[in-house]
Amino acid sequence: MNPSSSTTAEGALPGHGAHDAHGDHHDHPNYLVDGTTIKSWLLTVDHKRIAIMYLVWILLFFLVGGIFAMAIRIEMLTPGPTIMDAMTYNRTFTLHGVIMIFLFMIPAIPAVFGNFVLPLMLGAKDVAFPKLNLASLYIYLAGAFLALWGMLNGGLDTGWTFYTPYSTHTTTSVAPVLFGAFIIGFSSIATGLNFIVTIHTMRAPGITWFKLPLFAWALYATSCIQVLATPVIGLLLAVVTGEQLFQFGLFDPARGGDPVLFQHLFWFYSHPAVYIMVLPSFGVMSEVVATFSRKNIFGYRAVAYSSLGIAFVGFFVWGHHMFVSGQSTFDAGVFGVLTMLVGIFTAIKVFNWVGTVYKGAVDFKTPFAYFCGFLFFTVFGGMTGIAVATTSLDVHWHDTYFVVAHFHFIMVGATVMAFLASIHYWFPKMFGKMYHEGWGLVAAAFIILGFNATFIPQFLVGNYGMPRRYFEYPERFQALNVASSAGASLLAFGFIIVAVYLTYALAYGRASGKNPWRSKGYEWVSDSPPPTHNFVGPQPTFPEEPHLYVDPKKAEVPDAV
Amino acid sequence: MQSSAHTAGATPGGVPRLAGHFASLEVQNHAARLGMWLFLSTEILLFAGLFVCYAVYRYAFPEAFAASSRHLDLTFGTINTIVLITSSLTAALAVHYAKEGKNKLVVWMFALTIAMAGAFLVIKGFEYSHKFHEGALPGPHYRMAAVQMAGAPLYFTIYFLATGLHAFHVIVGMTVLGWLMVRVIRNPNLGPNNYTGIELGSMYWHLVDLIWIFLFPLLYLI
Repeated sequence: MNPSSSTTAEGALPGHGAHDAHGDHHDHPNYLVDGTTIKSWLLTVDHKRIAIMYLVWILLFFLVGGIFAMAIRIEMLTPGPTIMDAMTYNRTFTLHGVIMIFLFMIPAIPAVFGNFVLPLMLGAKDVAFPKLNLASLYIYLAGAFLALWGMLNGGLDTGWTFYTPYSTHTTTSVAPVLFGAFIIGFSSIATGLNFIVTIHTMRAPGITWFKLPLFAWALYATSCIQVLATPVIGLLLAVVTGEQLFQFGLFDPARGGDPVLFQHLFWFYSHPAVYIMVLPSFGVMSEVVATFSRKNIFGYRAVAYSSLGIAFVGFFVWGHHMFVSGQSTFDAGVFGVLTMLVGIFTAIKVFNWVGTVYKGAVDFKTPFAYFCGFLFFTVFGGMTGIAVATTSLDVHWHDTYFVVAHFHFIMVGATVMAFLASIHYWFPKMFGKMYHEGWGLVAAAFIILGFNATFIPQFLVGNYGMPRRYFEYPERFQALNVASSAGASLLAFGFIIVAVYLTYALAYGRASGKNPWRSKGYEWVSDSPPPTHNFVGPQPTFPEEPHLYVDPKKAEVPDAV
Repeated sequence: MQSSAHTAGATPGGVPRLAGHFASLEVQNHAARLGMWLFLSTEILLFAGLFVCYAVYRYAFPEAFAASSRHLDLTFGTINTIVLITSSLTAALAVHYAKEGKNKLVVWMFALTIAMAGAFLVIKGFEYSHKFHEGALPGPHYRMAAVQMAGAPLYFTIYFLATGLHAFHVIVGMTVLGWLMVRVIRNPNLGPNNYTGIELGSMYWHLVDLIWIFLFPLLYLI
């Protein structure tokens, strides 16, 4: 009917209802150019524009957090003071942690890519509460700037965990940062609430629960955690702010308070928060692995249920942060065993992803390269997680660089790999442009190797007994610390390459067409970039399963599907 | 659209505006209700943190908590409980009348609810000023001579945190109900198809009430 039906040339979605067979294609500009004033961006309620604004800010905060990471690694080059004094060092690692966790990793994938593709995946025009969605962005920014202001004017030295009684007694300014994190919590709750309601009510006719793309399942599980866990830390941060300002004494042993109660309440949120970070990553990878293996996802229901399983079990494992905090041996044992259940659910996912790749026609593009890195970090990060969940071993490893390396592998490794995979996979969807594939693979190699080079030495130095957060260390640890810092510079170099070629692609990249990956994901049914209300013409229909590349009855290798 | 013919004497209700991204009004209302239920669940978890603190310290200092609890004004507390439960009744009646399109009665019910919420806050204010006078204050500011036991300052920390946070919710609830009331006065078009906003506001008010129903026995009775 019109030129846009040329999508068949680059792999149409034969099963999906064609919505763009309309002559009025040009009356529906894509969301990027539909309104070009600054106001049309700042006050938009379009989930896609909100996602792009989140992306800009999150990248900025990632850069700031990354600069502080490099400062830490430079300081750790020598056993004594290198470029800063001890107090500055304490503030630096606190800043690094607070920014990376609250400003980058928690919102990164849900608020950017979830916001962008979830309504597209559901065949919806927007999320259920578009204004709340915009509000969540501004709440996030308000909290972020309050926290940053507090860090620059005084800067706290407690570490991102804000443990009492130190955090209520330190002379550094804890209150603005705590209150900033408290405000950011509302943003997180708003996003989670919005996604749950969206998934319940906005699915296009035909998209049943078991036809939801797996990224939507992962976001659903994540949102449940955001909604149920965040209020607890909200209350806790508000109370600690009050402790600082008015000396309530609720967690002050001098007044009969119990600092371990703070740890319980803190980790009741902050451990599930780890799954707020990694579950969306798991969802992204389920999409990426099916698309680039050109095969149906293996064990769809197992992958979907295991997301919910991790979200559920994640609420009952917080005690594994407190093995040496004066918790009873019985509790420690129970928490240790429950923690290992997370490993089982994660393993279910890993085996299914590997099953998806098995005998697939792998198209080794940049997102798939990040999938490979992700698989490595998830497996080794996960295995060391089982190790530190073992009480007897953790007593030795607790508060050493072994734990630092472990959570950087599983939490940061998985999230950063998925963030980079998403940004490459959905770059054509978001901007209608292609990045340079060769540079993409080169940068992926730098980042994955750099990440290993940074944190494998930290596993070793931690195992030799180097405690985390210490400003100075004995000389025998220097070689491994230098190796780690060298790895960090490789990692930084990789990120610079990504920044350069993606910026270049944004300006000069060739047009990607509608579906450059020939993906069967529902989000590719609409144009790339999509028009403002996602779909032109009648409601699209989705008769096929998501991730359906091969009819199992007609597969060339029947046992592989 | 169904008319409100079955509610004799009522003005026929309008329909709310359908936002463009929803498939139908039913879906839009379903989304609004689900969103509210989720929001209420976050509120319950917010207070759950305080209830945990209460439980831990009550276990640690049972005598001090019992003695401090005896020191609260049970009469004021009981009156406040009755006031708040009654206000929940009027909030529920507002939804009932909204479904029937009785706009004026809805306004009256909300006005009564807000008035009772105000009464609650005034009584609470008397209690607070009494506590300030006695020196039954949190942490280092505690100087009440009548109960001199370890743990008593913690009791009053929790007392002020919990009732203060609850009072904040009462104020938010009053604002929400007041806003809804003004909306009905300006545009009286409630009916069987147009009462979701009233229902959501009322749900929030019931939550505020429900939290007090837990706080009252914990702080005053046991």
